[in-house]
Amino acid sequence: MVKLTPTDPCADLLPVEHGHAVLRAVAPTDMWLVAPYNGKAKAAAKAAQKLVGQGWPDPGQGALSDGRGLLFFGHAHALLVGVAPSKDLMKSAAVTDQSDAWAVVDLSGDAARDVLARVTPLDVRPAAFGPGQCARCDIAHMQGAIVCLAPQQFRLMVFRSMAKTLVHDVTVAMESVAALGKTA
Amino acid sequence: MKIPCPLCGARDSREFSYLGHAGLLDRPAPDAGDAAWDDYLHNRDNPAGVTEDLWSHDYGCAAWVVVTRNTATHGILSSRLAKDGAA
Ligand SMILES: [Zn+2]
Repeated sequence: MVKLTPTDPCADLLPVEHGHAVLRAVAPTDMWLVAPYNGKAKAAAKAAQKLVGQGWPDPGQGALSDGRGLLFFGHAHALLVGVAPSKDLMKSAAVTDQSDAWAVVDLSGDAARDVLARVTPLDVRPAAFGPGQCARCDIAHMQGAIVCLAPQQFRLMVFRSMAKTLVHDVTVAMESVAALGKTA
Repeated sequence: MKIPCPLCGARDSREFSYLGHAGLLDRPAPDAGDAAWDDYLHNRDNPAGVTEDLWSHDYGCAAWVVVTRNTATHGILSSRLAKDGAA
């Protein structure tokens, strides 16, 4: 049987480091879009709880622990990360394998928020966007998602075909912030 | 300009796209007749004051949002999910 090897769309482009910010590739993992069937929201939340230890995410919420979690991913969707859906979950929700559909990178460092502020109109001040929060939002004019993993660490996702654009735009932002010469 | 999404909170207007007056949600029955359909398709009020519009939060949660605003003051007064129905 042919065994297909997962490839990371950003692997050849990263890491990039400028000033007090680093952009790193994130190894491909399970990612599934989950949409509960009509009237099955509670059953889906229960199945999710069993699978990743957390229920259905409230709007704007989403956390990963040990690379697993369920992220708010739209008004009718959540994104299951790090694990394939259980039979229970598939009984109560439509699931779509998105594992190779996204370019996923981590931005970290003391200047991470300054860099983010240059690529998204999202309010990324610590009080407005902290650990455990996840936003579907504009990233450099791409329909993306940002997860706050730690106070100075963010996971950025855009459609896989836009991997190079993502790395380019974040790199330009990192260079611009570094050029200001602020010591963090 | 910022638009308040009921799910995502206040977001930059560039994340949204505009469709038109929220009256589009009140679709006539297929057999409602020419007058009702003509009105639905072509006629719009042009109020100097409060009105409701449909916006899609394309870059965010992908929900259709009804935004209540005032055309005279440019104030945005409130918003709700279109799927929750008419006011
Ligand atoms: Zn929204």
